[in-house]
Amino acid sequence: MAIKVLKPGLATTVQDLGRPGYYHIGIPLSGGMDRHALVAANLLVGNPEGAAVLEAVFMGPELEFTGDAMVAVTGAELPPKLDGQPQQTWSSFNVKAGQKLSFDFLKKGARAYIAVSGGIDVPVVLGSRSTYALGALGGFKGRKLEAGDELPVGTPTTTVEEGRTVADDLRGLPAGTPTELRVMPGLYWHRITEAAGIGFFEDTWKVAPEADRIGYRFRGGKPLEFVPREPPFGAGSDPSNITDACYPYGSIQVPGGTEPIVLHRDAVSGGGYFMVGTIIAADMDLIGQLQPNTPVKFVKVDMERALSARREKAELSAKLQSALMA
Amino acid sequence: MQTRFSFGGDEHIFAEVDEAMSLEAFFKSLFVTNAVREARIKGVTEICPANASYQVKFDPDMIKPDDLLAELKRMDAAADKSEPVIATRIIEIPVLYNDPWTHETLMRFRERHQDPTSTDLEYSARINDLDGIDGFIKAHSSAPWFVSMVGFVAGLPFLYQMVERQRQIQAPKYLRPRTDTPKLTIGHGGCFSCIYSVRGAGGYQMYGVTPMPIYDPSQTISYLRDFMCLFKPGDIVKWKPIDRAAYDAAVADVEAGRFAPIIRDVSFSLAEFNRDIDGYNHKLEGVLHGH
Repeated sequence: MAIKVLKPGLATTVQDLGRPGYYHIGIPLSGGMDRHALVAANLLVGNPEGAAVLEAVFMGPELEFTGDAMVAVTGAELPPKLDGQPQQTWSSFNVKAGQKLSFDFLKKGARAYIAVSGGIDVPVVLGSRSTYALGALGGFKGRKLEAGDELPVGTPTTTVEEGRTVADDLRGLPAGTPTELRVMPGLYWHRITEAAGIGFFEDTWKVAPEADRIGYRFRGGKPLEFVPREPPFGAGSDPSNITDACYPYGSIQVPGGTEPIVLHRDAVSGGGYFMVGTIIAADMDLIGQLQPNTPVKFVKVDMERALSARREKAELSAKLQSALMA
Repeated sequence: MQTRFSFGGDEHIFAEVDEAMSLEAFFKSLFVTNAVREARIKGVTEICPANASYQVKFDPDMIKPDDLLAELKRMDAAADKSEPVIATRIIEIPVLYNDPWTHETLMRFRERHQDPTSTDLEYSARINDLDGIDGFIKAHSSAPWFVSMVGFVAGLPFLYQMVERQRQIQAPKYLRPRTDTPKLTIGHGGCFSCIYSVRGAGGYQMYGVTPMPIYDPSQTISYLRDFMCLFKPGDIVKWKPIDRAAYDAAVADVEAGRFAPIIRDVSFSLAEFNRDIDGYNHKLEGVLHGH
């Protein structure tokens, strides 16, 4: 069984839960930007939670199935259509051989996860099927999908009922405006003045058009003022430069002190820009659902609050599991 | 040097050995990360050495952040007592300096450069008080370089020149990054050279290209079959200037599967190196050429 790509969408890639263990040589985790939605899509069609799915951003692909399968679309509100007939998001539906899956315009969010029973069966590279496009690694030929591609689909191991859904309160999507992203200040926070630090958390920022799997750029807040220094050897002369170092996932670098960039699943693993802190792990999924121009506030938290947010997120996952494993 | 620790969110510990780059800071980062890897601490998922810093990623559901921090501080202090000697490799990298491809690219992005009226090589020679392009190539290729970090993108080595600080080549990054850099470009920014492992954006000055692939996700190139990335932190690189004919021949050899890179095992002692830098580098080069 296979899926023929009739139209690829904007940047549709194969993703699973990622490829840990190679960040020290510059190969990032990759995997779904909204991992919660990816897991939900898989569970809806009876797949293991980390099976490979399609991640579509802003615009859906058009796909033709060569065999029968069950499909679910989660994450962004990107309404699926089967041979032109509207289908529900966050719900599973059967597809027959020869049927075409297409999508209506994006209503909300940014990234949709399209799971197919059996999972997308591209080769496992370094322990994962995820696409790392910058390194031409994994996924389907190391790149985003193109018209004419034919994606192999695995054999389902379990069968589940059609039409199961995920309740609103189990979807883990961004709520309220502006979207709040919790940040632990640190790393090179000491490089900016106290007033700049206060402004960073007070200002409302907006997602810039330069927002992809590598990182999300924000603009609209006040430029950060630096504490004066003599540049250390190897760092470079700009006050925002450091001796090239590792970049944590979720770290917030601010080149030139003007536009913060939050690194995401396809992060560059290091470089020469200072960072003011790191988005907590529990809020990383939210970023994957932000469209350009979305207002955002960075909210200061400490380790204790980061860990309690982590526990809440784990409880949400557990509820999703128990709702769909039955 | 007093290492500064910081949490990078709830899943990373970031450790800055020194603000400034030095071989001492790099060796410490290498020793601590080796020790962390050998300790096989439960919950640690990524161990990343960098030029003068390092980073450990962990799962706080498996190990308490403060417990891991205390453990890392202990290992960091212990690394100060290590003898700075490593068993490593020296690798020869052929380079066609002043090649047509980086030249075409740097002309295309000239308005993003500090000096739009000269090339990256001419500019770098001038600001480093070197005698034109030839003088620059000699200074760049005569001493070996340490791979002090691998990253940014897959398999990209950052290289630190093994000469006294006052002789090190330094150059700023482009004023605004380019959106294109040819694959296998030899670049330089700050005090670091690099080899761009993939085509893409970049801000380093561009000096030449190597015909020798260093990253191969398809794992078809003979010496990248075991692992797709050539470099590890701690490797030593010696540039070998080549002409266009040698470059074309090497590219043909790579394509035919008969290119054999020169890679030799070597032991490196930081103390002995510091006692006589030029003499020690001469000995390293001897190892490369089998005498």
